[in-house]
Order: sequence, then C-alpha cells, then structure tokens
Amino acid sequence: MKKASILMIVGPLFLMGLYIFPLWKIMLGAPQYPDPLGLNIHISGLKGVSEFDIQNIDGLNHYIGMQTLPKVEDMWEFGTFPMIIGIMVTIGVCIGVLGYFNKVSYKWFIGWFALMSFMGILGMYDFNQWLMDYGTNLDPNAIMKLTNADGTPMTYKPPLLGHVKMLNFDVTSLPASGAWLMFVGMMLTLTAGFLGWKNAKKQKNIAL
Amino acid sequence: MLVSCGQQNQSSNGALSSSAAEKVYVAPGEQDEYYAFLSGGYSGNLTVYGLPSGRMFKEIPVFSQFPTSGYGYSEETKPMLNTSHGFVPWDDAHHPDISQTNGELDGRWIFINGNNTPRIARINLSTFETEEIIEVPNSAGNHSSSFITENTEYVVAGTRFSVPIPQRDMPINEYKSNFKGSLSFISVDPEHGHMDLKFQLLMPGFNYDLSHPGRGKSHGWFFFTTYNTEEAHTLQEVNASQNDKDFIAAVNWKKIEEYVNNGGGTKMPANYAHNVYDEGTHTATTTMKKEVLTVDPLKVPGAVYFLPTPKSPHGCDVDPTGQYIIGNGKLSADLTVHSFDKMIAAIEGEKFDGEAYGIPILKFEDVLAGQVKSGGLGPLHTEFDGKGNAYTTFFISSEVVKWELGTWEVIDRKPTYYSVGHLMIPGGNSRKPFGKYVVAMNKITKDRYLPTGPEMEHSAQIYDISGDKMELIYDFPTHGEPHYAAGCPAELLAPKSQKIYRLDENKHPYAVTSPTGSKVVREGNEVHVYMSTIRSHFTPDNIEGIKVGDKVYFHITNHEQDFDVPHGFAMIGQNTSELLIMPGQTKTSVWEPKQVGVWPFYCTDFCSALHQEMQGYVRVSPANSNIELSWSLGE
Repeated sequence: MKKASILMIVGPLFLMGLYIFPLWKIMLGAPQYPDPLGLNIHISGLKGVSEFDIQNIDGLNHYIGMQTLPKVEDMWEFGTFPMIIGIMVTIGVCIGVLGYFNKVSYKWFIGWFALMSFMGILGMYDFNQWLMDYGTNLDPNAIMKLTNADGTPMTYKPPLLGHVKMLNFDVTSLPASGAWLMFVGMMLTLTAGFLGWKNAKKQKNIAL
Repeated sequence: MLVSCGQQNQSSNGALSSSAAEKVYVAPGEQDEYYAFLSGGYSGNLTVYGLPSGRMFKEIPVFSQFPTSGYGYSEETKPMLNTSHGFVPWDDAHHPDISQTNGELDGRWIFINGNNTPRIARINLSTFETEEIIEVPNSAGNHSSSFITENTEYVVAGTRFSVPIPQRDMPINEYKSNFKGSLSFISVDPEHGHMDLKFQLLMPGFNYDLSHPGRGKSHGWFFFTTYNTEEAHTLQEVNASQNDKDFIAAVNWKKIEEYVNNGGGTKMPANYAHNVYDEGTHTATTTMKKEVLTVDPLKVPGAVYFLPTPKSPHGCDVDPTGQYIIGNGKLSADLTVHSFDKMIAAIEGEKFDGEAYGIPILKFEDVLAGQVKSGGLGPLHTEFDGKGNAYTTFFISSEVVKWELGTWEVIDRKPTYYSVGHLMIPGGNSRKPFGKYVVAMNKITKDRYLPTGPEMEHSAQIYDISGDKMELIYDFPTHGEPHYAAGCPAELLAPKSQKIYRLDENKHPYAVTSPTGSKVVREGNEVHVYMSTIRSHFTPDNIEGIKVGDKVYFHITNHEQDFDVPHGFAMIGQNTSELLIMPGQTKTSVWEPKQVGVWPFYCTDFCSALHQEMQGYVRVSPANSNIELSWSLGE
C-alpha cells in the first residue's frame, strides 16, 4: 500500500504541468502559411504558437464571420479550470498521504480517478461546445458566405481531435504537452488504485 | 562491341558529373545556396539574386528614388537622398561589399558607393533596407570604393577624379600639381554600423581607380590603383595613357589612424550630408556636417608608398592570405602581382626609385612577386577561390582566366558574353572565399537573349569552379549596369532576415497603433491624416473638410503583423509615388489637392480577397469653404 500511496501522491502532481504547458493545440496550415498558424489552449487562456498567430487567425476568420478568439475575461472556464485543477491536485495528494498512513483505502484512489475522468469528460464536452459555437455562430453580415455541396451553410468547427480540411486550411487538433502530463498523472493514480486493490486482495488472502 | 563498350564507359562516368541544367536547377519551393548582391550601376540600386539559380529576389533602392516602395518619395525616406548639392535622387552605384569580422563575412551590413555624387550607403542585411548614406566631400567620382577592412573598421571612398581641394574657380589647364586626389577613410561603429568620416588623405592629383584592403598579414594597409599619373586634363584617352607604369598606392591606414588619434591632421571646412534612417521612428534625418579632418601624407612618414604597376592598372585585388596584391594593367596583356613581404622588405631597405610629390616610389623589381603571362587582353579584376587559384576577367578578349598563385601558370580560360567587367566569388573580398561559383558581369549582351530593342539588360554568367576546369552553367540578365557584386552563403542571412516591424516598437511620431487612434488634424493649411490599414480597409475611409490649397499628409500605419503582407496607398493626382507600407511600419505621403471634388484613394498592393474594396474618398472643397473637418469609417 505504501508504493501505491506514493504513486497516488505523485500522480496528481503531474497535473500541475497544466499551469505551464498547453492542454490542447490547434494548427492551421495552408499553402500561403508555410509556417502554420497555431493556437495553444491553456487552462487559463489562449496563446498563439507564434507571437502574432491570434491576431492573424482573427484577421482571416473575419472574412467568414467567425468571432474573434476569446480573451481570458471572455470565458468563465479560464478562471474556473485552474481552480478545479488546484483543488483536484490538493485532494489527490491528501488521499495519497492518508493512504500512506493507512487512513483511507485504495478505493479513494479509484474514486479520485473516476472523479477526475468525469470532470475531464465534462471539460472535453465544454470545449467541444465552444468549438461548435466558434465554428458555427457566424456573423450574418460576413463577407463570404460559403455553402456545402448540399446547399447548407458551411461551418468552421475545428475538430476536437484529429485533422480536417477546412477550405484551403489543414486544421489539426491534438492534445498538447499539458494534456500528456495529465494523462501520465492520471495513469499513475489508476496504477495506484490497481496496486492498492492487489495489495488488499493479498492481505485478504493472508487473513484467510 | 568494343566500340559500344567504350561509348558506354564514356557516358557512365556520369554518376559524378551532371548537366549544367541540373547544377543550376533549384526546384520550385527550394532555395538557393548563396545570396548575390549586384550593384545596379546607373540604376543607383542594388539587386539581390540567388545562386546558382540566377533568380532575382529583390531590388533594394539605395541612391535612386524607387516608386515601387516610395523610397525617396515618402516623407520619411526623402532625407536619405539629401546632399550638399540638394536632393539628388540618383547615383551610379558600383561596388558592394559585405561587412566582416576577423576577415570573414559576418552578414550584418552591405556597403555600396555612389560614384557620381560621392556617397557611401550602408544597408542592413536583416531588413534589406538602406539605413545610412554619408556624402564624401572633396571627392569626385567615388570609384575606388566601398571596400572594407577585415573587421569593418573602415569603408574607403577613393576619388576617381582629382579636383581642386577645396573647390575653387581656377583654370583647368593648371590641373597639374594643383588638383588633389582624396582617399577618405570612413569609420564604422561596430555596434550600430553608423559611419563617420574619420580622415581624408590628400594625395597627388592622379585618378584613383579601384582599391582593396590588406588582410591577414597585410591587415592595416589599403591598396589603390591609379591611372593618369601623367596628370593630363584633356583627351585622357591618349594623354593619360603615356606612362608605361602607373602606381598602386599602398596606404598604411593604421599608421595614419594613430597619427590622427594623437591629434594629427588639419581640420578643413567642408559641407556634406549624413543621412541616417532610424528603424524605431521609420524616419530618416539629415545632418549637414561642416568639417573634415585632412591628412597630408608627407606628415606621416612611412604611411604611403607607390608600387609601379603597368599599364594603367584598373583592378586592385588582394588574395585571401593578404600576401599578393594583383594590379591589372587594363592596357596590358599581363597581370602584375606584387608581394606584400617584398614590399615590406623594400620599405625597410629603403630601396626607393625616386618619389612623386614626396611620396617614395618602390622599385618595380623589388616588389614584384610574378607576372601572369596570359595572352589575354585587358585584364580587369581578380577574385580567389580560397584554394590557391585566382580568376581574372579580360575585358577586351572577353574571358575569365584561371591561374595559380605562386606559379603564375594559367590553368584554364573560358569565354564570357561579352566584354566582362567584374567577377565575383562569394566571400571574394575576405579571408574565406566560398569557391564554388564565379559570377562574371558583362557589359554587352548581343545575342544572349531575345532582343528587346536597342537596349538590352546586361548579362551575367555563372561558372561552376568546383573542378579543375571552369564550367559555364548559366547566364541571366541583370538590372542596370552591374559593376561589382558581393555574395555570401544563404545560411548567413536567411535565419536573421526580419519578417515584420513590431507595431509595439513603432516610435513614428505620427503612428496610430490602434484604429481608435485614427484622426485628422488641421494645422493652418496643413492637414495631418493619422490613418491605419489592415486587410481590407483604411481607417478612416471617408474624409471631408479638406480644401484646395491644403497640404495633406497621409501618415499611414500598417497594422498587420504577418510576414509579407504590406499595404499600399495611392491618392489620385498626387505629384509623388504611392507608398508601400510593411507590417508594423508607418509611412507618410503628401498630397496637395488643386481641384474641388471627391477624390478616391486605394491600396496598391493586392493584399487579400477584398483588396479591390480597400479604398476610400477625400472630399475637397473650395479654399474659402467652411465645411468642418470630419472623418469616418463604417457610417
């Protein structure tokens, strides 16, 4: 249980990476942008991959009537997410410490993992909703109104994950370093839960 | 069978050889290995080409007004062309040279001379923009210029024409012993590159034709070829070609620098312009300088010597080791090579062969390293490959001749098309030439390209010199009359090439860094329009309250921060050019409306899908009208 608890302490700490590294990255490449424009999505706000990418993405998007990219103050998420991550790290580390002193069982570890996973899915859902709004809520006075082959208005929602061709742009959306750190951290807590469970089973066998 | 085998062998040495086309082919999207900067001669500008493709990338305006970008037309760049003769919007640009550190190209700046109204320009190789032009007083025909020493300590400006110094009203036929030739040493600030005329050597009244700095062991010396040591003043074609030998003037500039630093030299009244472009304010300013420090060479013993050189030498080139000084007698068939070591030994042994105006003349035989007996006609210029070989152009016999330093043996010769002047090997004027290509610049084009009337662009030839024999691999037309060129590896410049000007660093006094700052201000009959541009509109785009007789200044700031997205601005009836404003930059254009009406302006650079819509109107009312000044966008 000691080994499991140490993993449970270390795992949530990996989430701290989200304060520095981006969670998600969306790249927009086109022939006239051989150096692709890019957007790093941090839990606390958006940043261009290169310094002026946000200005240049907004400049392009106004032709098709997309909103400008949100500033920190435009979205409650950028205030809330860092708090949630902080709380979850604190709770996770506390559970690990308590586990180390055998005050709580491994089930708490799995519980933390489940809660974090649930919140992660909610986060992804929220992110997707925003992408949807960003890509479809277009200015009716937009300069260019493009339609699909079937006559429906074209939308510009970037993919949640993966690549899509959008007009002349190749849009790729992938988890970034912060997300990978979170993933590693969460896997550690899952392992902690697993080790705790094995340990508990062994104890039970010994007891029998 | 034997025959076919033999043929097969012949064609299959092929893995190593490739066709000329393959050697110059740079596939679409791929980039050249070298930058080549060719002077434009009478275009007054500098053109940038790629090697080996021969593709022209850019024309950099230097001494000439350039309507393409508004250089010399915009209020910010007009001061660049100020001189003591007033606004001179043209020159004859000859010899570019790239800055060096420890004798190797450092790729910070390129310098070029204006020959006609003597000037030296410095161009920043991050922005490829002319940043500074200094006029050279007491000089005329700034030809033996703008070569630089191996740590860019100095850029020189030697006069081609000797003239009365100071200028005065006097009979021309009293030229002899009254005219003087000035050799100007312009110091270069190691950090900012700013130029300052440190001293001017007042030499006998010969014509100072070309020059090159010493390097390595001869660092600290500068060598100038002369012609007209006869000091003829008329029909020089004949009268300046009588002496069998003219001179190479060897100048120990370190010695003179020391003399000057210790308070030597004579201050002389002068009047010359120093024009500096400030990248922060995007604006050039002119300072008129009133004084120049002159040095009489006789006051600094041991600073100047004459090396006799046959026969009206033109080119004066120093090899990468600094040992050999090549003087090409343009009326001779042979090349004369002087030895720096022998020169020093002769000076120390005081083996003089008389003097000219008190300057010691060394004995020809004492300084001669060797002669290249080439059989060509009219040798002009020599460059080096860094592997012990030299390449000399022969103007009259139209060829490039490769020969070996030390043995003076001719190794190879190839024709040029036609009447070649200078040639260039990247890094040619440095300790480290990049001896892969040589570019020959010709004066006559004849049948090389499709005819385009009596005037043809000049042609340049690229030779592959990586093997024992030179191979002509390409020729291409050039713009203007390229004299010399400078070249360097692309990797030296491409990574630090500037892509935009940062809007947040724009210190132009009339810049608007946010569209909300746009405004129109009247000051008497001057109206200042603070305008911003971004794809695809001007702010403001409707202006009213302008009156006939007003002087309207459009100060336009480009708000793009994206590489290669300039916006243009042109106003109908303007007596100047359009503007081309780079991202983050501010430029000003003046318009003096003479007729009432509603007059359009528009963007001249296709900037976006809605470029054509990027336009606006100015309403011009009669001079006595009382219409209020107003401006708007989107109303």
